[in-house]
Amino acid sequence: MQIKNSPQYVAFCIFNTIFMIFLSIIMLYPIIYVFVASVSDSTELMKHTGLLLKPLDFNLAAYKNVFKNPMILKGYCNTLQILVLGLTISMVITTLGAYVLSKNELPGKNAMMFFVVFTMFFSGGLIPTYLAVRSYGIYNTIWALVLPGAVNTYNLIVMRTSFQALPRDIEEAAVIDGAGELMILIRIILPLSLPVVSVIILFYAVGIWNSWFGAMIYLKDRIKFPLQLILREILIQGDTSNMTQSVGDFERNSVSESVKYAIIIVSTLPIMLIYPFIQKNFVKGVMIGAIKG
Amino acid sequence: MRLHSNFVKIQSTQKSLKRFNKFLPLYLMFLPVALYYILFCYRPMYGLIIAFQNYEPSLGLLGSKWVGVEHFSRYINNYYFWRILKNTFKISLNSILFGFPAPIILALMFNEIKSQWFKRGVQTITYLPHFISIVIICGMIKNFTAETGFISDIFSFFGGEKQNLLNNPSYFVSIYIISDIWQSMGWGSIIYIAALSGVAPELYEAAIIDGAGKWKQLWHVTIPGIMPTIVIMFILRMGSVLGVGYEKIILLYSPTTYKTADVISTYIYREGLLGLNWSYSAAVGLFNSIINFTFLITFNKLSKKVSETSLW
Repeated sequence: MQIKNSPQYVAFCIFNTIFMIFLSIIMLYPIIYVFVASVSDSTELMKHTGLLLKPLDFNLAAYKNVFKNPMILKGYCNTLQILVLGLTISMVITTLGAYVLSKNELPGKNAMMFFVVFTMFFSGGLIPTYLAVRSYGIYNTIWALVLPGAVNTYNLIVMRTSFQALPRDIEEAAVIDGAGELMILIRIILPLSLPVVSVIILFYAVGIWNSWFGAMIYLKDRIKFPLQLILREILIQGDTSNMTQSVGDFERNSVSESVKYAIIIVSTLPIMLIYPFIQKNFVKGVMIGAIKG
Repeated sequence: MRLHSNFVKIQSTQKSLKRFNKFLPLYLMFLPVALYYILFCYRPMYGLIIAFQNYEPSLGLLGSKWVGVEHFSRYINNYYFWRILKNTFKISLNSILFGFPAPIILALMFNEIKSQWFKRGVQTITYLPHFISIVIICGMIKNFTAETGFISDIFSFFGGEKQNLLNNPSYFVSIYIISDIWQSMGWGSIIYIAALSGVAPELYEAAIIDGAGKWKQLWHVTIPGIMPTIVIMFILRMGSVLGVGYEKIILLYSPTTYKTADVISTYIYREGLLGLNWSYSAAVGLFNSIINFTFLITFNKLSKKVSETSLW
C-alpha cells in the first residue's frame, strides 16, 4: 500500500534526525571533554574557556601521576576482589532462588514467592540494615560489602521467568536418568539459559564495580577501600594531597586539574572497553525482563 | 477392619514422606536464599522497632528503653522538618515531571527512525551514560559547574553570572535533575522500546485504512498500546516519591546548599550514621517508608479502578 507521507511528517523526520544528532553530541561531549582534558596541560586547562575539542599541550603527565599513586592501584585490586567474591555469591543465591521458585509443583511455592517479592516493596531502611550488618560482626570486612544487597530481587524474577520458559521434557528425561536437582540445574538448565544468565552476571558486575556507599559506611581501613571510594576522595572531596607531594601551590592546583580527568578515564576504562561488546546483551536482557516480567 | 485403616494410614504417611523426599533437595537449595533474605532483609525490618525505643547499642534491642512515638513527634516538630519535606517533594516531583516522560518521548522518537544503523548508533550512545558510576558523574558535574567549568561558561554566555553553580542553592535542583535525565534517559527508553515492539502491526494497518495520519496513529494506536507499561512504571515511580536517593545528593551537596539539597534520606544518613541518633533516624526512615508504601498501594488501587493495569 503506497501512502504519500504528508509534508508535516517529512518535516518531523528531518527534525527527528537533527534532534538525534544533537542528542548524541550531548551524550558524548562530556566524555570527550574528560578524555581530551586528561591529556592536556593543567595550566592551560585552568585558563581555557569555551569548547574543548583538542588537547591543550598534549602531555601525559596526568597519567604518570595517576599510576604513581599507590592508592589507585590498591583501589583497583580491592574492587577486583570484591567483584569476584560478590559476583559469585550473588549469582549462586540468585540462581538457586530462581530455580527453586520456577518449580510450579513445589508445595509452599506461593508463600516463598511472596517472601522474596515483598522485599522489593518494603525494607528496613538504612539505619536498621546498618545496625543489623554490624551486629553480625562483619564490619570493616569484605563481607559487609558483598553480602548486604547481594541479591537483586528483580534479577531473580527475570531469571525465574526464563527458567520457567524452558521445555519440561528435557528435565523429565534427566530425572528418569537419575539426576538430582542440583545436577539438573548445573548440567541442563544453566547451559540452556546462557543468554539470560550472562546478562544478569553483567548487571551484577556493573553494579558491584560502581558501588561505593556500602564501602563508605562499612569500611574503616583506607587500605581496603574500593576504587570508587578512592575516586570520591579525590573527585568530590578534592583531596589530591597525596598525589602532588613535592609540588608548589599553584602547580599543585594545576596538576590536580588534568589528574582528576585522568583518574576518571583510568577508572571508567574497563567499562568503556567492554561496553560495545556487552551492550547488545544488556539491551536484550532488559527486553526479556520487560516483556515477560 | 482396623488392619485396613492402619494400612491406609501407613500408605498415606509413606506418600507424604515420598513427596517430602522428592522436594527435599529443592528446599535445601532454597536454604541459602532464605538465609540471605532473613539476615539482610527481614532482620533489618524487625530492627525497625528501635524507632519506638531509645536504642543503645550496648543495651541491645531488648534492653533499650521504650518511648513509643516520641521520635515521630520530635521529627514532625523538628525545625528542619518542613525544609527537608519541601526539598524532597521539589526534587521528586520535578524529577517525575521532567524525567518520567523523557524516556517515553525518546522511545517514540526512536521508533520513527527509518535507518536501522543510525537508530542503533544513537541508541548505543544514549545508553552509555548509564554505565558510568555515580561517583564519576558527580566528579564530572563538580568540574563542569565550577567557575572554570564549561557548563559555567555556557551559563555565563547566556547572560548568567560566572560562578560555581553547584554551590548555589538555587541551581542545585536543576543540576541534579538535568544530570539525572542525561544519565538515565537512554537506558530508561529500552523498556518503552520493548513495549512499542509489542504493539501489533495490524492495528497500525487498520488505522491507516481508516485514514489515520501519523498523529492520529500515535494517539489512537501507539499510546494506548504502551499505556500498560507506562502505568506500571509510573506506579513504581510513585512508590518511591519520598525516597529521593541519598547517594547522588551526598556526593553533590555541601552545607551551603543544604537549604535546597537536603532531603529526607540525607537527613536520615546524617542523623543516624554521623550523629549516631539511631532510634530517631530509624523513626524518620520508618515514617518515610510507610508514606512510600501508602503511595504505592494508593496508586495501584487507583490504577486498578481507572484501567485494567496494576502491579497486583
